Amino acid sequence: MNGRLATQAVIATLLSACAGIGAPRTPHAAPGAPVTFERAEVVRGAALAALGNCRTCHTAEGAAAYAGGRALSTPFGTIYSTNLTPDPETGIGRWSVDDFRRALHEGLSRRGRQLYPAFPYDHFTRVTDDDVAALYAFVMTREPVRARRPPNRLMFPANVRPLLAVWKWLYFEPGRFVAHPDRSAEWNRGAYLVEGLAHCGACHTPRNAAGAEKKDEPFAGGEAEGWHAPALSSASRAPVPWTTQALYAYLRTGFDAEHGLAAGPMAPVAESLATVPDADVRAIATYLGERDGAPRAPAEAAADRVASADEAAGGIVFAGACATCHHSSDALPGVKPVPLAITSSVNDPTPRNALRIVSEGLHPDSGEAGARMPGFAGELTDAQIVAVVQYLRAHFSDRPPWNDVDETLRRIRKEDER
Amino acid sequence: MMDLRVNGTVYAVDADPDTPLLYVLRDHLGLDGAKFGCGLGQCGACTVIVDGKAIFSCITPISVLGGRTIRTIEGLGSADNPGPLQRAFIDEQAAQCGYCIAGMIMRAQALLDANPSPSDAEIRRHMMPNLCRCGTHMRILRAVHRAAKPAANAAADARKPGSGA
Repeated sequence: MNGRLATQAVIATLLSACAGIGAPRTPHAAPGAPVTFERAEVVRGAALAALGNCRTCHTAEGAAAYAGGRALSTPFGTIYSTNLTPDPETGIGRWSVDDFRRALHEGLSRRGRQLYPAFPYDHFTRVTDDDVAALYAFVMTREPVRARRPPNRLMFPANVRPLLAVWKWLYFEPGRFVAHPDRSAEWNRGAYLVEGLAHCGACHTPRNAAGAEKKDEPFAGGEAEGWHAPALSSASRAPVPWTTQALYAYLRTGFDAEHGLAAGPMAPVAESLATVPDADVRAIATYLGERDGAPRAPAEAAADRVASADEAAGGIVFAGACATCHHSSDALPGVKPVPLAITSSVNDPTPRNALRIVSEGLHPDSGEAGARMPGFAGELTDAQIVAVVQYLRAHFSDRPPWNDVDETLRRIRKEDER
Repeated sequence: MMDLRVNGTVYAVDADPDTPLLYVLRDHLGLDGAKFGCGLGQCGACTVIVDGKAIFSCITPISVLGGRTIRTIEGLGSADNPGPLQRAFIDEQAAQCGYCIAGMIMRAQALLDANPSPSDAEIRRHMMPNLCRCGTHMRILRAVHRAAKPAANAAADARKPGSGA
């Protein structure tokens, strides 16, 4: 397409979207006879919903599952997730399976409104009609919950919904998954899930200024809810390279002895994957471990370096505040801390996750088992947190020091105020 | 030698820099309200307030406390003259064995200092790190509500989970 045509297409799309005729679809009336679903279909949908981790975004803290209202912080402001329960007024009770399919495949609501790509339809468009129907059977058999979400708080121009038509025209490629004939069935199953419903790239692929995934840097490491999502590609900085087996263990149990544990926004993903068919988690691990560009090479050699004064100060903090658990962990009851040297947090290109974990700690959901670490945000001043994180990097990683530790912590504090 | 400011008094303390604050409070300064529970920052029995925030004194080395302000349960009142929050705990009989209570009170005090009229949900979320093995939680919650500003209690009750939120 040449430049002039492209411009015309943008304008045409924009105009038609603004005029509300971009999505000519009559809203469905409330269904008359109650729809019934096969039990097996609902069960299959439940596993698919867990693979897609729908629940995490569509459930507000302490509120009913799938009833929406969770605040999702984006670089463009805050978006509140929608109510997926079949309540006719505030949920999707009036949606037909075709409406539901169109939302997943095309990013349009029942009434034809543009949906924000915080709902990752750029991935869900890969999902088969069959799986969409099973997901529909699952959500439509949840308990209807009356819950209206708060209005989004987005900055201009992101708050002008029809403009999303332009965003889609530029970045969104609709279309179902196409199997790779040279690869195994397991690899293809994994590719279908990873690129589609599981939407791994939504966090692990970096995004451009318009918030779209950079197609030429798949899985090179991105951001999620204020955390760094480590690279799942050859850009991985894991000291022990990831293998299919390690990925499987990590995804299935939230822990791998050579890579540490799932924390931050990854924790609920692993919890969810603990409930799905084993073969699906194996397939995901196979694809991530064997796709072109998967992490294989060992990490680069260490650079010689000299400790800074901050690191020395951080060493004293570490000895007093951290070493009780992280140095002599044999004496600890329950789950032992992982060796810090293998963790992604100290080997990432950014100190973001190390700062978050030192500040906030690790807390399993109420009533759940799991690794637990107290946060040190009150115990330590921000300057002391910066020093100890610099020490962690110097002492436990072969990577060059981070130069932006205090700047990153300042940014995190600002993000958390919002 | 290191200077520590505790309850308004500056103490010169002779201890290794990685000594936990809890040990210094109890063994050097004779302030034994804060208790040793787990030593890992997981139970809250050792909670004191530093620069306005509730912290675990068992995992806080004194090396990080230079120039900072420490408050312990002894700073809130005495057995003869209890402070308002201590009074509320007594009135609600919010203790059984009592081992966790100094920590509970200090964590609650940090909340009330920052937010004099917390909702029930805010109190529950804030108190989550502190454990009580006797099961006195409901009385502890009542005591914190009692010490909160009276007008706030009504508003807090209206916001209780289950009432439409």
